[in-house]
Parts: sequence; structure tokens; C-alpha cells
Amino acid sequence: MSTAANTTAKPRLKTSAMIASIAAEGQRTKPAPFGHALVELAKQRNEIVGMTADLAKYTDLHIFAQAYPDRFYQMGMAEQLLMGAASGMAHEGMMPFVTTYAVFASRRAYDFVHQTVAEENRNVKIACALPGLTSGYGPSHQAAEDLALFRAMPNMVVIDPCDAHEIEQVVPAMAAHNGPVYMRLLRGNVPLVLDEYDYKFELGKAKLLRDGAEVLVISSGIMTMRALELAQRLETDKVGVAVLHVPTIKPLDTETILREAARTGRMVVVAENHTVIGGLGEAVAGTLLRGGVAPVFRQIGLPDEFLKAGALPTLHDLYGISTDAMAASIKGWL
Amino acid sequence: MDTALDTTPLGHNVPLAERAYRIRRNALLMGEVQGQGYIGQALDIADVLAVSYFHAMKYRPEDPHWEERDRFLLSNGHYAIALYAALIEAGIVPAEELETYGSDDSRLPMSGMASYTPGMEMSGGSLGLGLSIAVGIGLGLKRKNSASRVYTLFSDGELDEGSVWEAIMSAAHYKLDNMIAIVDVNNQQADGPSTQVMAFEPLVDKLEAFGWFVQRVDGNDMDAVVAAFDAAKSHPEAKPRMIVCDTKMGKGVPFLEAREKNHFIRVDAHEWQLALDALDAGRTA
Repeated sequence: MSTAANTTAKPRLKTSAMIASIAAEGQRTKPAPFGHALVELAKQRNEIVGMTADLAKYTDLHIFAQAYPDRFYQMGMAEQLLMGAASGMAHEGMMPFVTTYAVFASRRAYDFVHQTVAEENRNVKIACALPGLTSGYGPSHQAAEDLALFRAMPNMVVIDPCDAHEIEQVVPAMAAHNGPVYMRLLRGNVPLVLDEYDYKFELGKAKLLRDGAEVLVISSGIMTMRALELAQRLETDKVGVAVLHVPTIKPLDTETILREAARTGRMVVVAENHTVIGGLGEAVAGTLLRGGVAPVFRQIGLPDEFLKAGALPTLHDLYGISTDAMAASIKGWL
Repeated sequence: MDTALDTTPLGHNVPLAERAYRIRRNALLMGEVQGQGYIGQALDIADVLAVSYFHAMKYRPEDPHWEERDRFLLSNGHYAIALYAALIEAGIVPAEELETYGSDDSRLPMSGMASYTPGMEMSGGSLGLGLSIAVGIGLGLKRKNSASRVYTLFSDGELDEGSVWEAIMSAAHYKLDNMIAIVDVNNQQADGPSTQVMAFEPLVDKLEAFGWFVQRVDGNDMDAVVAAFDAAKSHPEAKPRMIVCDTKMGKGVPFLEAREKNHFIRVDAHEWQLALDALDAGRTA
């Protein structure tokens, strides 16, 4: 029983299940910063090769493939082979940049990364799209535990960059480090935020992006972007929010974390796009406990459950990692 | 019999059968050190290792990282005792280290790992890794225009692993004619006869269908193994090469050959010397 009135009024349902960019509407962005940075770096470093498991287009590696077709290796939809072959390439002195989705590198190919890359300490750089909750596809594509898995792997450096500005700097830093690295990759039109903060990425270093007297948010990845937004909002409520960005999850900059957390009177909130198990939150908690620093401590992160499918903004609200939800949580805790 | 080591270097004209004998002997001596080891496999693969290290491959014993060497990947890391026996015979690992096998701080751990042992190119142990690494090495060698080859030894049980077939498919896709893989078909894996654990035959047909140049030989027939390696190296087609080697567990020690077939053959403490004696008896026979 359709009428003219309700057909026109009926809003079109939106889904971001296939979202290619994490950017909010109207946000400043840069296209494919990983792909372009890799092309730039490969001009100077002939040993760089690109390898993927049928996801070049979805990890911005197609930019590299177009620029250097003879240095690009399509391994097919076979992530275990991808990691083993990358180890073999590194064995021969190449520096493979390997891409797939975070779920496949961490969950499907874990033993291959563990044994052929990390245990053999091969110079393999793994860059994975759809980290944490950045897909509305459901658990098959939601890598809620990627940081926990790669943190637990000896020799592995783990990086969770915030935006395009940072990714451009992380790519050469990955190459400068001799050994395996896992990077959470933001693909497509990637938000541009940190260029306004006079920010410079340094491997293993946490950076205080802004100061504040009431709350210290310790965050990585896209959560830093949101922490900066909520800090501005809470400023109008006269709540001072400091933001400590920790892009290198491993090795963790424990010195800076302890120094900032030891400043009296501030509640420490760790915000992560990751399950609350085994990620930045627990890494910071352990650091504080071992360091004898005991502030009021709260965690913003994904729950220990299989996450729902749906539109990403809805899911981020539901699980408390949207800017609105984070601001509400922090106000409630104060 | 005195089992003290004879570390006299062998000349270049030592027959392959003698090399194989000495590899088996080294393996038995290591097994005796720990009172255990995958000795059944070491004995079955000794002939293939003798051909690999003393007929087919180029390497420099004093420089295990020599750029122009052929690479040898031990995918089945539990065969480490066999490879150490060959590396010692090849002069890559000093013979004095034989008696450290499996001990604390030894460079010869019971499962092969790249960072421990000169001449060990990969970390095995978790089965099904070697061929994937070999694909990357094969691609890397081609990038460098290297004439070196990558040899990979793996076991029939590893055919159960999906990743093995990923690698087999991609090696053919990339026409890796610098890749020679050897599968040891001793028909034993952890839970029983390999063909009963998971039917993999007809293996030659499968591998050919995947685009490989395939030969199947008796892996304990030295002449047949030599001919297969020669053909694998000289084959003109741009295909990866597979040598399917049917072998006999415990080969060279009749009472172990006759023992009830098992993935992990038990050898009692007093039997190591008996095994060495039996091996020697076979040598002179």
C-alpha cells in the first residue's frame, strides 16, 4: 500500500559496509598516501618490491604496481604463500612491502608471519587495510585483535598511524628499520589532520599533540583524530584534555607514557580501535602498573565479542569509539 | 666398534655411496647423543642428500652465505638430524659439533632453524612453509639475474597442507625453472601411513596438472636419483621441477627397516651401536 507521500519521505538506507575511506564528510583528505609514499621511496630504494594477495586495488598498492610493474608480485588469494614468499624475497635481499587485509595477515597467515618472517627476522613490511573496526562487513573483515596478535610476536614492530600525513612518514621509517614491521593501513581518501599539529613521526616515540589539565587521552590510529576532536569540544565545557599519540604500539614508548601519566590530577583514558584485550589499553595499563604510576584509568575500545555488521558510523557509536560516544564516556567519568 | 670421530677431510673423488654411508653414520651418532631423533627419516633421505650436496649443488663450505650458492631449504624441519649429517659431511658444520646435537646452546637443535646453523636457510618445524619461501627465493634470484637454484626438501605428509598447493600453483604461474623440489614419499606421517592419513595419489599426475616437470624415482637408488637431479637441472621447459622420491624408512639398517613402521621410530639405548654395526656391515657387503 504505497502512497506518493511515504515513497518520497522514505529515506534511503545508508550502509558503509563497503566504505573505501574512513574520512568523515567534509574532512580534508589525501588520496592513497601509502601507495604514493611507497612509489616515492622506491625511486631511491631499488630493493623494494610490492606483493599482495589479490588486494592491490583495495590496499592502494595498485599505485605502486602501475609505477613499477616489474617490481610488483601478484600472489593470488593466498595469504600464507604471500608471507612465505615475502620471506624468501627478503632472504634474497629484497624489501617486500606486503599488503592484504588485517584479518588475513593476522588470523589466516599468523603462523607464516610468525615463523617465516618474524622468527627468521626477515626484512618484510606488512601493511594491512581494514584494521580494527573499519569495515561494516562483520567479523570476517573486522580485525579487532590484530594489534594483540602482532604485539605478541617477537621481532615485530607494530605501527598504527593516524592519518595521511603520518602514513607518508611511516613508509620511509618502516624501510629504515631493519626487520619485520606491521602497519595498520588507511586506504583511499585518508583524513589529513596531523599536519596542523607540527607533527613528525618517529619510530618508537609517543608525541603529546596537545596539553590539558583534567584528562590525558592516550591513543593510536584513527582514535587520535577523534581524541583531538573531542578535546576541542570539551574545551568549551572547560575540561582540559591532553592527547598523547602513540603510533608505535611496539616497541612502546614507556618513558613518555609514564612521564605524562605521572602528572597528578589527570584521569588517564586509553582510546583504541581494537578489542580491549591485548592492545594499547592493556599495554599502557601494564606499563603504569610496572612503573608504579596509578592514576584513575579508563579504557575506550571494542568489546570482547563478535562485532556486528552494519554502517560504520552506527557501529562506532554503538561500540563507543565515535567522537560523540567518546566525549560522552569521558564526561560521565569525570 | 669405536665410534670416535674420524674428521679426516675427504677428497673430491669419494663415491656418492660412501657419502651417503657417512651421512647415515653421522645421523646415527647424533641420534645416540640424544637417545632419540627422526632417525628413520634421516636414513631414508641420506641418498638424496648425498646427491644434493656432492653432485647437484654448488656451494662453498667455508662461506655458507656465498651469493652464488644454490639454496637448500629444509621444509620438514624434523629432518634436521639428516641435514646436519650432510652439512657435517660437506664441511659446512664442523664434525666436532656432532656430539652437541640437541644439547643446550648447540648450533644443532632438534628442529632446524635458520638462525642456529650455518647452511640452514629457513626455520622449519611448522610443516608446509618451505615451498612458499622457495617461491620468494626463486623470484628473488630471478630479479637478481642469478644462476643459482633453490632446492626444497619436503615430506609427503606436508602434501596435506593447503599452503603447499598455493606454492605449487604459484611456482608454475611464475615459471620458476630455478626451483627444484624434492618430496620424500616414505609413506609415514604422525598418525600413520601418509596415503591413509590423506590420499594424495596419483601424485605425479596432480603435479603435472599443476604445471610442473615431474619425475618419480626410487629415492634409495643412487643412480636413479643422480639421473633425476641431472634431468631436473637440464630440463628445457620454463617450469618448476619436482622429484618425487619413494624412500624406505630406516634404509641401510636392516633391523630398523623391518621395524613396525612409525613416524617416530623408537631406538633403545643399546640399539644405537647395533645400528652403527649394521650400517657398517652393509657398507662392506
